[in-house]
Amino acid sequence: MLSPEELKEIEAEFPHYPNRQAVCIDAMKIVQKHRGWVSDESLKDIAELLGMSVDELDGVATFYNLIFRKPVGRHVIMVCDSVSCWVMGYERLRRELKNRLGIQMGETTADGRFTLLPIVCLGACDRAPAMTVDEDLHLNVDPQRLDSLLEKYK
Amino acid sequence: MEKVLTKNIQSDLSYVDVKAYEATGGYQGLRKALSMAPAEVVEVVKQSNLRGRGGAGFPTGLKWSFVPMGSDAPHPKYLVANADEMEPGTFKDRWLMEGDPHQLVEGMAVAAYAIQADVAYIFLRGEYLLSAERLRRAIAEAYENHYLGKNILGSGFSLEMYIHMSAGRYMCGEETGLLNALEGKRANPRTKPPYPQVSGLFGKPTIVQNVETLCNVPHIVKNGADWFKGLSYTQDGGTKIYGASGKVKRPGLWELPMGTTIREILEVHAGGMQDGVRFRGLLPGGASTDFLVEEHLDVKMDFTEVAKVGSRMGTGTMIILDDQTCPVGMVRNLEHFFAQESCGWCTPCWSGLNWAEKALTALEEGQGQPADLDHLSFICNLCAPGNTFCALAPGAVEPLQSALKYFREDFDRHITEKRCPWSSQ
Repeated sequence: MLSPEELKEIEAEFPHYPNRQAVCIDAMKIVQKHRGWVSDESLKDIAELLGMSVDELDGVATFYNLIFRKPVGRHVIMVCDSVSCWVMGYERLRRELKNRLGIQMGETTADGRFTLLPIVCLGACDRAPAMTVDEDLHLNVDPQRLDSLLEKYK
Repeated sequence: MEKVLTKNIQSDLSYVDVKAYEATGGYQGLRKALSMAPAEVVEVVKQSNLRGRGGAGFPTGLKWSFVPMGSDAPHPKYLVANADEMEPGTFKDRWLMEGDPHQLVEGMAVAAYAIQADVAYIFLRGEYLLSAERLRRAIAEAYENHYLGKNILGSGFSLEMYIHMSAGRYMCGEETGLLNALEGKRANPRTKPPYPQVSGLFGKPTIVQNVETLCNVPHIVKNGADWFKGLSYTQDGGTKIYGASGKVKRPGLWELPMGTTIREILEVHAGGMQDGVRFRGLLPGGASTDFLVEEHLDVKMDFTEVAKVGSRMGTGTMIILDDQTCPVGMVRNLEHFFAQESCGWCTPCWSGLNWAEKALTALEEGQGQPADLDHLSFICNLCAPGNTFCALAPGAVEPLQSALKYFREDFDRHITEKRCPWSSQ
């Protein structure tokens, strides 16, 4: 069941497009904003609201890397693995993150605090390496100072 | 040099509101456009020699001229800003959107008027959160000041403008992939013809244009085509936002006359290489461009001159390769990106690029064989322009084919030494 808040936000998008299917990516992002990820149940609810089949909607959902079809931790870390960040030290940063968190890329810490994911070029190439944690963009990331960077994300 | 695109951008990147934007001539371009016939606006953009800044460099005015006009034209017509900046090494549109969002709004309004569009979308990549916040504010202010909405400035022209935030994937930056994403589908490409100008978003006439390209439009209309051509050192009109990343002293972005040399951007503005490293090569315009090397440093960075030496200016943001960085590792990182971002629609791309990544990984891990280099060349030919459904794969093999040409000895060393020669660093 979509919440009244989720419904309201999704319906606010309807006037922007000539048909409901066009809203499906926005709709999934709205649900993900509220719940952290898009479950099978949410998928079914959204598909029904928009007049799409579940398969069709899942086909769209699984194309887009920013739509999570699996649960994630309280905070999602996305570290840029594209060329300029690679030149400026991505591999060292990745090693430090994996060691510090004790997980591989794509995994969530056992306490549910962090999920670690790669992301493509964040458009911050002059201040590489870069990564995001939730909605925060972190630039010139120093792999030796990850503790203080991650500290505020409880 | 006269700053055109960046004159309002503050050094602390604070928000430039509608009043500040108007104070330096903002929305004068729109006012002038509304007093002209739409065809006259298209003509001045054509005469200006403005070429697309998204990577392909297609002449902008010419693109607009293909949109059906007149009372029999299908409606609604659409104007879409391609703000899905995801070409690795490219970070110029973000600066423009965060630093002077009204400039993009005005550029879109003028372009929409020229093609008589009814609705405009900013297709913005989902990761650009600050850009979204700034553009939302600017759009709200534009509506309040009658630069958007019904009967703009009493002209009779109406335009609605919306932002759509993407959910990721590089293919959303491809013109027809973007249209599919905006329609709520997977971002696979479409056959052309029909071209989007005739049958695009929801089957209606659509112009998709890069952010930087659109930002030039109000200035061209306000000041004229000759003025715009006069800003450039070469035939391609205007200024250009150039950038540099990698191990240079001052990575960053600079607005300079179109046709500034690679050497000037690298040595004067980016400050040259960091201490302890030397220049080996560069990708002049993002990940999907061919490497250039030392002998090319005096090439003028415009669409024509860079093409003459076998590469592309692309986005104009340069990625620098230094002598302490392995070229094979760099190309492997690039092909990992392209293989991952392949939408899967056509076989040469999804299959070829994945095999290229496998071969490059084997080379990096000391497992490479001479036949792998033949295989990599084969994949470059397989993914040539015209052999694939869209330009992702041809772009993907540009750094690969040029690395095989310019850094062949480094590939050979990975095979003969059975390791990456840089791996001890």
